[in-house]
Amino acid sequence: MTTANEVINGSNAPEKLDYASDQEVRWCPGCGDYSILKQVETVLKEKGRPKEEIVFISGIGCSSRFPYYLDTYGMHSIHGRAPAIVSGLRAVRPELSVWMITGDGDSLSIGGNHLIHLLRRNVDVNVLLFNNEIYGLTKGQYSPTSPEGAVTKSTPMGSVDHPFNPLALCKGADATFIARAMDRDPKHLREVLLAADAHRGTSLIEIYQNCNVFNDGAFEVFTEKASKPFHTLFVEHGKPLVFANGTKGVKLDGMKPVVVDLSDGTTALDDLWIHDQHDGFKAPILMRLFDDPRLEGALPRPFGVLYMHERHTVESKINEQVAQAVARKGKGDLDALLRGERTWTIG
Amino acid sequence: METPTRTKAVQELSNVVILFAGDSGDGIQLTGSQFTDTSALFGNDVSTFPNFPAEIRAPQGTLAGVSGFQLHFGSVEVWTPGDQCDVLVVMNAAALKANLGKLRNGGTIIANSDGFDAKNLRLAGYIDKQDPLTDGSLANFSVHAVDVTKMTRNALADTALGMKEKDRCKNMFVLGLISWMYSHGLESGEAFLTKKFAGKPELIDANRKALLAGFHYGDTSETFTTRFEVKAAPMPKGNYRSITGNQGTALGLIAAAQKAGLELFYGSYPITPASDILHELARHKNFGVKTFQAEDEIAAICSAIGASYGGALGVTASSGPGIALKTEAMGLAFMLEIPLVIVNVQRGGPSTGLPTKTEQADLFQAVHGRNGEAPIPVIAASTPIDCFDMAFEAVQIALEHMTPVILLTDGYIANGAEPWRFPQAKDLPAIKPPFAAPKQDGDAEKFLPYLRDERGVRPWAVPGMKRLQHRIGGIEKQDRTGDISYEPLNHELMVRLRAEKVARIADRFKPIRLDSGAPEGELLIVGWGSTYGAIRTAALELQREGRSVSHVHLRHLFPFNKGLGPLLKKFNKVLVPEMNTGQLRQLIRAEFLVDARGLNKVQGLPFTAAEIKAAAIELLKP
Repeated sequence: MTTANEVINGSNAPEKLDYASDQEVRWCPGCGDYSILKQVETVLKEKGRPKEEIVFISGIGCSSRFPYYLDTYGMHSIHGRAPAIVSGLRAVRPELSVWMITGDGDSLSIGGNHLIHLLRRNVDVNVLLFNNEIYGLTKGQYSPTSPEGAVTKSTPMGSVDHPFNPLALCKGADATFIARAMDRDPKHLREVLLAADAHRGTSLIEIYQNCNVFNDGAFEVFTEKASKPFHTLFVEHGKPLVFANGTKGVKLDGMKPVVVDLSDGTTALDDLWIHDQHDGFKAPILMRLFDDPRLEGALPRPFGVLYMHERHTVESKINEQVAQAVARKGKGDLDALLRGERTWTIG
Repeated sequence: METPTRTKAVQELSNVVILFAGDSGDGIQLTGSQFTDTSALFGNDVSTFPNFPAEIRAPQGTLAGVSGFQLHFGSVEVWTPGDQCDVLVVMNAAALKANLGKLRNGGTIIANSDGFDAKNLRLAGYIDKQDPLTDGSLANFSVHAVDVTKMTRNALADTALGMKEKDRCKNMFVLGLISWMYSHGLESGEAFLTKKFAGKPELIDANRKALLAGFHYGDTSETFTTRFEVKAAPMPKGNYRSITGNQGTALGLIAAAQKAGLELFYGSYPITPASDILHELARHKNFGVKTFQAEDEIAAICSAIGASYGGALGVTASSGPGIALKTEAMGLAFMLEIPLVIVNVQRGGPSTGLPTKTEQADLFQAVHGRNGEAPIPVIAASTPIDCFDMAFEAVQIALEHMTPVILLTDGYIANGAEPWRFPQAKDLPAIKPPFAAPKQDGDAEKFLPYLRDERGVRPWAVPGMKRLQHRIGGIEKQDRTGDISYEPLNHELMVRLRAEKVARIADRFKPIRLDSGAPEGELLIVGWGSTYGAIRTAALELQREGRSVSHVHLRHLFPFNKGLGPLLKKFNKVLVPEMNTGQLRQLIRAEFLVDARGLNKVQGLPFTAAEIKAAAIELLKP
């Protein structure tokens, strides 16, 4: 018996690779998706992996058209189910580079169940969760990340649902790589994508993505030049949590994060919360820096790799068990299987 | 241990039906299947029908908690578990009450008298302490009341087991007694116990003691004056084993994956009565089998789709409610045109329905149950053995025609067992998926993932294949290129191309063959699925009586065998027995414009041969 991999021809050194496909990109002009596509192409180029060894799997939604625009293998599947498709693919093809493209409706609403199981199993895949806090493809209904009170086509009097905190949810599901980035900061996005690709296991990146048609400016407080420094906190492993152009920091007062002023000299950088991306106990607190930025005294929103942890992937265990079974019982002998344990002869 | 010597007269019988019944915790299924194995090993033809409640341990002593295992074994060919039983073995009053109607007049009852105390009688609904064992109501039967509980406890008096554990050996006492009655040796039972309780010598010892005590009891007790013997059946020469339908399905899938040179990936979510396929497959990882217990039915099928996309053989199985959840993903697999096998081990529906009972009511769901024009090939297994053959064929069709395939079995054949003259690996055909040809260096032409061959089948390009990168999806695609297309005429073309591809699968079917009877005549009985044994038995009897009756059993339900239409026209009347309200009948009427009549039973129980025969005779009346 050959493995699925063995039916494939061998790969050579990468040629001068252009990862764009021949398809015309059809997102609305001004959509944040363009920037994300560009950064993914950049990262693929930088890594230089042969195109045929890369697979993009998506669900349904504006973002899920993504695979069509790259000259890799790709599947645009059905709503919410990309994690399950990825799980089966990885089980039989652990050597491929697999990326999953999804949105807030796709992975947190209709596919919420699959997402949490993908995370707990730690399937090796880079998940790009495009969060625009709205249903774009169906033309503007509120999503599971829309804030309370969001006025949309389906909530003319305001949404009555409490939204998910996506990264806290992922931590709850024991994700091994949790990051946040934004479409408007391509350099940072690129760094996070590279870190995600280097991580073995499910690397989840929530990307704040502006839907300029149905939810324009949802994240502008984090992305616009004037307000960005005061509401965003770019975390780096081993560095103190500092924002507002170095004038403010975040300190842990017991279990409670508090903002401190660094300009008056009363707090030293050493007293601040030093980001340790491997700290599983502090990570949930970091995920909880999720205040509504419109509120007075709101804590800043963290961006970057918030948490990272090494754990075996489910596909490695699946393949290990197959290898163990072969070692223990020998490679399957079909005649022995058909014969079973107890036979009798008539003749 | 030595089998005790015979001390009593032995009477030869051609075939016997025994029904074991008791509380669902009494080990009835184990007793039945163990006796079946022994019979089969001896060379009898066998057919079984396990029938148990949905509750794992329903309230003890109640009618709801009765579990049954019916076994038909013979020195003649046996096609059904039997319409009526000759021997009814009951562990309590409820088991008697629930099953007495199945015992033929003059039949034998072996009753555990301890199960007929005041409490058990009350729970079974016998009023005013009326005891059927003593009140004369069983005068038409030959009744043997045996205090199985007491004798098992006595036999185990010198063991260290607690009372509860001792009582769990009751079923072995019964197995010993019945083994004595039907002249079976105990070697097979002992071998089984040694394996089942490996590492627990005290349990092996206790169960053996109970087994032997039951055997001795038959030999020495004056209650039983005669032993019976059922000689080996004149079965075709060859090597045999016993197999259930779910085992057959699992083995067929593995064999086919091996013959295709592919890994088998099985994504599933536990559901009765399909879970045993998962259990069986999980034991055979050394065949490169990867089993994945998904978070739900949708993930189960989607993971299988992902595996097929990766170049493995993706398979999922479930029962009706789970299949309903998989529907959207089946449409995706159809639209992608990738191989996938979906097994539906049917049970009583709708909704949760009758989880442990059998039915054939998901045929419409299989043939029609998707949005859009999404014809998926549907095939069905007719016996436990046939599950192997049809699972193998499902894989052949899926891989060689790049399509999802639905295989229908049902709880009756999934759990039932029969002797199998198993094939040799070398006699199974190789399976050849249409893998895309590798692109040569310098070949700048765009790869066309939906360029079809003469059968309408597209090439299978798997991630990793150089220069064949392409994108597929559930959105309508342009002919040949597979690019997204909303063109009206292209959509209609693609709908037709996909349907034609599936219709052409009929080209590979062997010519239609009657199961029995003349090639033309008065009445044709058209069956499908697990009704096979009952219809065959009835048809053979009708033919022996000189009636103009033939039997055809359909394995291909969509598309139909091309010979079916002409065959139907050669008979004046057509009867379609089904465990539903007439689903195949409607398909046949719609397709062939014949006045097919139905015989329909929706009780969660298989047909008896007598029911089929009576309906045929009625229809034959001028």
